[in-house]
Amino acid sequence: MSDATLPTVSAAMPARSSGRARGESLAVQIVLIAISLAFLLLFLLLPLVTVFVEAGARGWEAYRAAITEPDALAAIRLTLLVAAIAVPFNIVVGIAAAWAIAKFEFTGKNLLISLIDLPFSVSPVISGLVFVLLFGAQGYFGPWLQAHDLKIVFALPGLILATVFVTFPFVARELIPHMQSLGSADEEAALTLGASPWRVFFSVTLPNVKWSLFYGVLLCNARAMGEFGAVAVVSGKIRGVTNTMPLHIEILYNEYMGAAAFAVASLLAGLALVTLVLKTLLEWRYGDVIAASRRH
Amino acid sequence: MSVAVTIETIEKRFENFPALRGVSLDIQPGELVALLGPSGSGKTTLLRLIAGLEEADRGRVLFGETDTRDLSLRERRIGFVFQQYALFKTMNVAENIAFGLRSRPRRERPSRDEIRKRVSALLELVQLPGLEKRYPSQLSGGQRQRVALARALAIEPRVLLLDEPFGALDAKVRKDLRAWLRELHGRTGHTTVFVTHDQEEALELADRVAILNEGRIEQVGSADDVYDHPATPFICEFLGEVNKLPVKVVGSQAFFGDRPVLGGLSQNQGGPASLYVRPQHLRIVDETPLALPGVVEHLRRNGPLRRAEVAVEGLKKRLDVDLASQVAPAIGERVRLRIAHGNLFAAA
Repeated sequence: MSDATLPTVSAAMPARSSGRARGESLAVQIVLIAISLAFLLLFLLLPLVTVFVEAGARGWEAYRAAITEPDALAAIRLTLLVAAIAVPFNIVVGIAAAWAIAKFEFTGKNLLISLIDLPFSVSPVISGLVFVLLFGAQGYFGPWLQAHDLKIVFALPGLILATVFVTFPFVARELIPHMQSLGSADEEAALTLGASPWRVFFSVTLPNVKWSLFYGVLLCNARAMGEFGAVAVVSGKIRGVTNTMPLHIEILYNEYMGAAAFAVASLLAGLALVTLVLKTLLEWRYGDVIAASRRH
Repeated sequence: MSVAVTIETIEKRFENFPALRGVSLDIQPGELVALLGPSGSGKTTLLRLIAGLEEADRGRVLFGETDTRDLSLRERRIGFVFQQYALFKTMNVAENIAFGLRSRPRRERPSRDEIRKRVSALLELVQLPGLEKRYPSQLSGGQRQRVALARALAIEPRVLLLDEPFGALDAKVRKDLRAWLRELHGRTGHTTVFVTHDQEEALELADRVAILNEGRIEQVGSADDVYDHPATPFICEFLGEVNKLPVKVVGSQAFFGDRPVLGGLSQNQGGPASLYVRPQHLRIVDETPLALPGVVEHLRRNGPLRRAEVAVEGLKKRLDVDLASQVAPAIGERVRLRIAHGNLFAAA
């Protein structure tokens, strides 16, 4: 569900700059704007509205019951837990990777940059399958894990691994171009002034990129909570135990509990909307800073 | 302490590019030294090596008697002003200037009150009082430059290092800041090294100028030294405008073709040579024995100076002649030029 919010913004971008006079006739402008608006309404806004309408179709009590039912609560809790672990992890590793790529020259740098993008180019289902192949009962490390009574696949660690994998690029990809454009002069200045490397990082490097970092974290979090494919493979879909919100929604829907499915879905859609609003606010307030960090 | 900074046979390579090839230089306490050279000559690399931002492949840098390889960046106590100032964008002016003091280990750190006093004293010194709360984005280029300088001075540096300090400023601000920096140096007496590619700036500001070319220092000396007695053809051409004449030296005279153009030579051996003559050292004269005939082809104005371009037979490039208080010739007029002063280098 939250995936649907990503194209919304990219589709809205050309609309924003269409106000500028470029010599096109008024008719062309109106047609273009009408097409864009019609597309947005039909394909993006309508489904979103449907979610909320369907969720509320049976009234407030049914809605409340659907999202406070034990399995739903367990799914919400699990989703929050997975995101709470995967997002901070990706922040730390993403900053480290971006730092290494932006500030140092080393062999294999280009390979590292391509590797960071890997999760974006691989289908999430395959990402999930890889973890099953590695850590599942029949997998490479399966026997060893069983011998030590460790469970990864069909358990929380598997969900976290899959989510970390799928959401890794968000933070690093926002930070790398921004850090590269900043160069190292600020850090060198701080070092010559006698600052320790930690102080340089926390009082110079991090504040310089805080808005692109926040932006990356926002996207990372939205995806972590909304991820379906990779998580579906490693979860095993054990109700109340390894079901995250997207998986719970799918199960409800398959069992013809449409209203309940949409009720839970409305929570994810709400998250997506909050993300979108924050993102728009950020772009509006710190657009120049973030624009410097964009290349895609 | 007799010498503030000693640079001993420094060599530095980047990948396959030799940036510095055996550079040595002594800098006296309180001296203002310019590292002058074209881009790629290694001047910025040398500055960064003194600062400790680069490591030499060979050779060493001493501060007084101390080998800087034994010092951490903090212990070096360098005041480095970057070309683009590198002010911390997320901090205001006061926080920028106080950064070095606040970075000290707790027992050496001045009190909050003391830091505030130091910051305002430094802002006074760089003539920006009351700008504590401004952010770098709210300052002009010249103001940023001076904040960067105040920030560097705050740590009471042993040596002040400036990388193209006026490079990013427009011409008028440049001139003002140059005079101001000279005056500031006179008052504070910091040992200062600055990098520039602008020869005028180097000659005007520095006590001594070190001229770099392709990773080597070609000459070190006062502005008068290097301008009037250039050690190499490169320096001759790099410092100001110069005309180049291929000549042959026979006895005490230099011949252009078969015409003697300069006499009274003693130090040079005979043979082919290049004679470098500045435009102000060419005079339009009446008949004299050592003169070069030519035709005025063009007249132009260069600020306060009028200048004639004179074509000489056998020379592809026209000679530039400054017309200080001389009567301006007309275009097409035949003139005779006398060389008042020139630098002779044996042809390679």
